Amino acid sequence: MGLLSDPVRRRALARLVLRLNAPLWALPVAWLERTMRSVGLEVYTQSFSRKLPFPDETRERYMVAGTNVYGILRAPRAASTESLVLTVPCGPDSANSQAVGLLLALAAHFRGQIYWAKDIIFLVTEQDLLGTEAWLEAYHDTNVTGMQSSPLQGRAGAIQAALALELSSDVVTSLDVAVEGLNGQLPNLDLLNLFQTFCQKGGLLCTLQGKLQPQDWTSVDGPLQGLQTLLLMTLQQASGRPHGAHGLFLRYRVEALTIRGINSFRQYKYDLVAVGKALEGMFRKLNHLLERLHQSFFFYVLPALSRFVSIGLYMPAAGFLLLVLGLKALELWMQLHEAGAGPQEAGGASGPGPPLPPAQSVGLASLVAPLLISQAMGLALYVLPVLGQHVATQHFPVAEAEAVVLTLLAIYAAGLALPHSTHRVMSAQAPDRGWMALKLVALIYLALQLACVALTNFSLGFLLAATMVPAAALTHPCGPRPLYAALLVLTSPAATLLGCLFLWRELQEAPLSLAEGWQLFLAALAQGVLDHHTYGALLFPLLALGLYPCWLLFWNVLFWK
Amino acid sequence: MVASCFLRKCLTALAGLLLLSFGSLAASQIEDQTEQFFRSGHTNNWAVLVCTSRFWFNYRHVANTLSVYRSVKRLGIPDSHIVLMLADDMACNPRNPKPATVFSHKNMELNVYGDDVEVDYRSYEVTVENFLRVLTGRIPPSTPRSKRLLSDDRSNILIYMTGHGGNGFLKFQDSEEITNIELADAFEQMWQKRRYNELLFIIDTCQGASMYERFYSPNIMALASSQVGEDSLSHQPDPAIGVHLMDRYTFYVLEFLEEINPASQTNMNDLFQVCPKSLCVSTPGHRTDLFQRDPKNVLITDFFGSVRKVEITTETIRLQPDLGNMESRYKKEWMDEELMEPLKYAEQLPVAQIIHQEVTGHQMLARW
Repeated sequence: MGLLSDPVRRRALARLVLRLNAPLWALPVAWLERTMRSVGLEVYTQSFSRKLPFPDETRERYMVAGTNVYGILRAPRAASTESLVLTVPCGPDSANSQAVGLLLALAAHFRGQIYWAKDIIFLVTEQDLLGTEAWLEAYHDTNVTGMQSSPLQGRAGAIQAALALELSSDVVTSLDVAVEGLNGQLPNLDLLNLFQTFCQKGGLLCTLQGKLQPQDWTSVDGPLQGLQTLLLMTLQQASGRPHGAHGLFLRYRVEALTIRGINSFRQYKYDLVAVGKALEGMFRKLNHLLERLHQSFFFYVLPALSRFVSIGLYMPAAGFLLLVLGLKALELWMQLHEAGAGPQEAGGASGPGPPLPPAQSVGLASLVAPLLISQAMGLALYVLPVLGQHVATQHFPVAEAEAVVLTLLAIYAAGLALPHSTHRVMSAQAPDRGWMALKLVALIYLALQLACVALTNFSLGFLLAATMVPAAALTHPCGPRPLYAALLVLTSPAATLLGCLFLWRELQEAPLSLAEGWQLFLAALAQGVLDHHTYGALLFPLLALGLYPCWLLFWNVLFWK
Repeated sequence: MVASCFLRKCLTALAGLLLLSFGSLAASQIEDQTEQFFRSGHTNNWAVLVCTSRFWFNYRHVANTLSVYRSVKRLGIPDSHIVLMLADDMACNPRNPKPATVFSHKNMELNVYGDDVEVDYRSYEVTVENFLRVLTGRIPPSTPRSKRLLSDDRSNILIYMTGHGGNGFLKFQDSEEITNIELADAFEQMWQKRRYNELLFIIDTCQGASMYERFYSPNIMALASSQVGEDSLSHQPDPAIGVHLMDRYTFYVLEFLEEINPASQTNMNDLFQVCPKSLCVSTPGHRTDLFQRDPKNVLITDFFGSVRKVEITTETIRLQPDLGNMESRYKKEWMDEELMEPLKYAEQLPVAQIIHQEVTGHQMLARW
């Protein structure tokens, strides 16, 4: 029996430690400065701090403070108008110490060369991606995420390209590359081709999404493996998270990649010299560039490292899916006009009626109420969890992060009870055909939202369209209600997220049990809200303010009396 | 003018002598040599070397042009007779790991930039307009001599162009193009103004043969590195410098020219054989239908070098003047002189009249 045997006291102690955020690990700033200066770089530091909206359970931090250290290698014979960045995001969980060693070795090697036409910035950030975001905001003189950072003392010109490095061991068996960035942005395909070229030249084993390149495309295995890689990339892009420091660079239109060294149980291992050679080659090629990378595609999906599917091939698929919604809306419009024509003739015969036929005017009034209420639910879903976390922790024995997630789920489920309350608000004279007008509006609303999403983040748009379009098109108040209700619930955004998590782990060959899946789901919800507040990821507001109200409209249509 | 007139008289006199002595002194070697003296009709050589690309990754085009420049200088054409148009941003480019050098062979065997390169049109001055002005001679009066093509009707001109091209056009520095029709018209202008005696046009670009398809002026011979529809390929990438150093066609032409010295008797047919398809991958082409002489009689040094027609001999040749012709001419001039009044220079400023002029009142007022 001790202090920590009581779960309540344990939780209180954990909360206390988080509040203090006594750093158990900190970046050795002074040593880094000294070492970089001895190599011959111009060294600067930047401090930043931020209070997260609620404590981050996965990384165990709440009030975040740190220091970034960066050294600039000036081009010997060029004006400092352009620069390249090699960054190593360090944090307490990912040690990334080997990467810092490689960074310093590369800096020493690059310093001895005279052919650099762009400055090279060697950046070591603390608190991994938070530090990178602070540095980028200060470099570009913006503030989009509410980070408090000190201004940068030294700058080096417009950044043309960046490479992020993550190495946790000094020998690697393969190099994994990550391309998906914040909100599904992708770097120019030329940068990936560059990486692949140097992998081939150096004989390194390179993987995408953790999967090797299929050797044989003629049998079934090759395309099947390609399909798995493609699905993995789709899921990662749809989540809108920055899968590495490169994801934050893409927002400023700086082409960037993250290269991860994997140390698995393979026999053949490469040392850091081989990795360093590949990186040096990439930097030299980027040095030769005269313009920003713009010749190749910005929108693509990758079934393998050396193959891609361009936007011209995959966009029509999303287009056809949204066409279904459009056609359904057109059908409803025609039906409404026939229904409107019927009572109008009867009304016209009885005398000079009002300019608007009575069926349509009642239809408009009966539309506004469900729309407003659904949108209000969406707003509540967006605002209440973070705002009400303290109230929730006072009344229930939960931590803040748990409070946020549980509030989210509670509001989400409360929306299911909406049709009953909505009908009480509306007048009892709601005509039978009113649901058609509501469904028409809901279909057009959904189509517009999904079209906009598909243009910027195709994977997210396609995923949501593939799940929500059939259910939305089929929804009908008459007909087997339980069946349609189950279909609609199964295709709601939250259920889609749950399903995608299971699919994602399945494709990575680490399948989840139900309990594990549920835990991962809750963690993903918390991470989604945090990402929105710390990096400006748009998945959470999109689902809460856009798609959830739309889905609620269909739920209303289903339960129309 | 008087000197050349006199020289022409001497030449015609000598020609008359040869005709007379040919029957009598048939097997005399010195007469054979003097016969060869007048095989080609040119007296001076010019070269216009143009590289139409800029930027670091077009290193090989600059190396091409500088290699030809080097060969042409070595064979005798002086800088004053070479118009070199280059973007000239390679040697001092911050990306060059060997500053102030341009190499044409990997392992850095041959630095073609050296320290005596004279670039006449540099960087943004290499435009289609400047190129055509150089060729046709329509140059603003303020242009320095080194930027002019001061050729006459006895000049053999070598024109070498390299860069990125397509079917019927050549790209100048990413911003404009010259078409084969414009080029053909420029050459016709040169012919009508008698700015060349013979012209050799060499082009090393993709689809280079399309550039000489439209020529219609006489005395032009043309060579190209590839046919229409084919790409000219680059030769060797250098891992230390990081770019391709030369194009294949010019590389093999340079190799061929390295063996030529001012006394070589190699003729144009050998140049046509340089770089067969097995080495060049593309098919080089040439055009000789507008040329009046047979290519096998045309020496390489007729265009690539500036060979002074000097033959040292210990034998004596008696140049016998054509007396009858000369006496009648002299008499005619003398008679013309008697008929005309003696010409004298008119006085520009009648000083005597000004000094002794009375200064009147009107003139005083006019001055004030």
